[in-house]
Amino acid sequence: MLRIESLTKRYPTGDMALKGVNLEVPDGQVMALIGPSGAGKSTLIRCINRLVEPTSGNVWLNRVNLTRLNTRELRQARRKIGMIFQEYALVERLTVMENVLSGQLGYVNFWQSWFRKFPQSTIDEAFRLLDRVGLSEFPDKRADALSGGQRQRVGIARALLQNPELLLVDEPTASLDPKTSRQIMRLINELASERGLSVIINIHDVPLAQMFAQRIVGLRFGEVVYDGPPNRLTPAVLNEIYGEEDWNASGPAQDSQDSEDSESVSVGVAAH
Amino acid sequence: MPVLEKNGIKTWQWRDQRQVLTEYALWLLLLLVMLICARFIAERTTWSFVLDAPRQGGEMIARGVPPRWDYMSQLWRPLWDTLTIATLGTALSFIIAVPVAFLAARNTTPHLIVRYLALLIIVGTRSVNSLIWALILVVILGPGVLSGTLAIALRSVGFMGKLIYEGIEEINPEPVEAIRSTGASGAQVLSYAIWPQVITNILGVTIYRWDINLRESTVVGLVGAGGIGIQLDASINTLRWNQVSMILIVIFVSVFISEWISAKARQALI
Repeated sequence: MLRIESLTKRYPTGDMALKGVNLEVPDGQVMALIGPSGAGKSTLIRCINRLVEPTSGNVWLNRVNLTRLNTRELRQARRKIGMIFQEYALVERLTVMENVLSGQLGYVNFWQSWFRKFPQSTIDEAFRLLDRVGLSEFPDKRADALSGGQRQRVGIARALLQNPELLLVDEPTASLDPKTSRQIMRLINELASERGLSVIINIHDVPLAQMFAQRIVGLRFGEVVYDGPPNRLTPAVLNEIYGEEDWNASGPAQDSQDSEDSESVSVGVAAH
Repeated sequence: MPVLEKNGIKTWQWRDQRQVLTEYALWLLLLLVMLICARFIAERTTWSFVLDAPRQGGEMIARGVPPRWDYMSQLWRPLWDTLTIATLGTALSFIIAVPVAFLAARNTTPHLIVRYLALLIIVGTRSVNSLIWALILVVILGPGVLSGTLAIALRSVGFMGKLIYEGIEEINPEPVEAIRSTGASGAQVLSYAIWPQVITNILGVTIYRWDINLRESTVVGLVGAGGIGIQLDASINTLRWNQVSMILIVIFVSVFISEWISAKARQALI
């Protein structure tokens, strides 16, 4: 169970990215975090594993307050939090297998990792995961030789090799085509339910979020403005999260004034 | 960028008339300065020497042809020394420059003060030419290959350090975040997320510098720091122009070969 208590983040520039966010994510829940660019979605999930240091507030993962940990304790806590990135964040010059195995770096010492001496049990698990995400044929291919969808599968396998309790997913489909996006979202969903993981997914694509998440949280200007099931995400709610737009329009007939903001949610949303 | 509106039509020009005139005036000023400088130099030149130059040059070439081919037997050793100076100097510089670069790069430095110290090393060694380093080191260490090697190494630290730390600052930060988020230690982040991204650049810079160093190491001998430059200096001083031409041919051929080797090596990297 993840509990976030009045979390704030002020960047050195003075921008308040998060203004006292409170959230609870029970075990096994897949939660989508939606909101316009700059709403603080990325900051929020990075404050959980402290890739970004929160300014104040607490983040509890089970019995541990992540915000109070020292460097060594934080490294140990991070091993239980997997992360998946928009641009896959693979190390391009390393092979698929090396990228996947890097999920276990927190459990081996420096020289073991430098000489790639991972325990056989880890390697077995890596092969199992590669098989599960459909990449069993490419362990020795370099990451930069893969397509976008394949790379994201490697990213997923790396995160799962950590054997995490919580999965943080940052815009997993923003660089992928619509079909691959659905496949990746489905895969993340299946793996989460197989393993009973809690998942937080930042996502721009509202219909995709509605399709795959059990719960949706809308963030605007660093504050939670919606928290509920996907089917209550009415046009009125979307207006509150994103600002005015005709959410049911399906053609170019009427251009709203802030059309540059609308591309992120351009697919018409039907109230379920 | 002036946008003008005339009779309801918007026109756009790159520059307006005043900007154009200012630009021409500046060009004219530059030309004037150059002419004044040329006159200043002309007044202080001994023209009789310059007019004599074609004859002098011709005579020098005539005495250098044909090159003294059998002099080659005495050149193998200094040539080997030259190659040693370049290669060991580059290797030594590599050992110093790589850690210094990691300390100087904004995204890998442990502390801002350390960063400025590293930058100081880079700028300090880079600002002194290897010939000047050699002059100083010959006084301290005495003439020979050791002085030449250190001179080449010191000069290269700044050059390699600068190019390498700029490469480190340009890496993609996302894999670094990803590796950190797995619970990896600082050393593991360096070896997994950063090192693979910069290694080709580091090797490329090293090969490039080795190529430059081979040329520079032919010169450090002029001040006694070992290598083929010693023979060159001796031959010029004794007016043995046929030996000088032989040495120049040897230098030309070895530089040609090094160029070929480094091109091949860089190809293999990519």
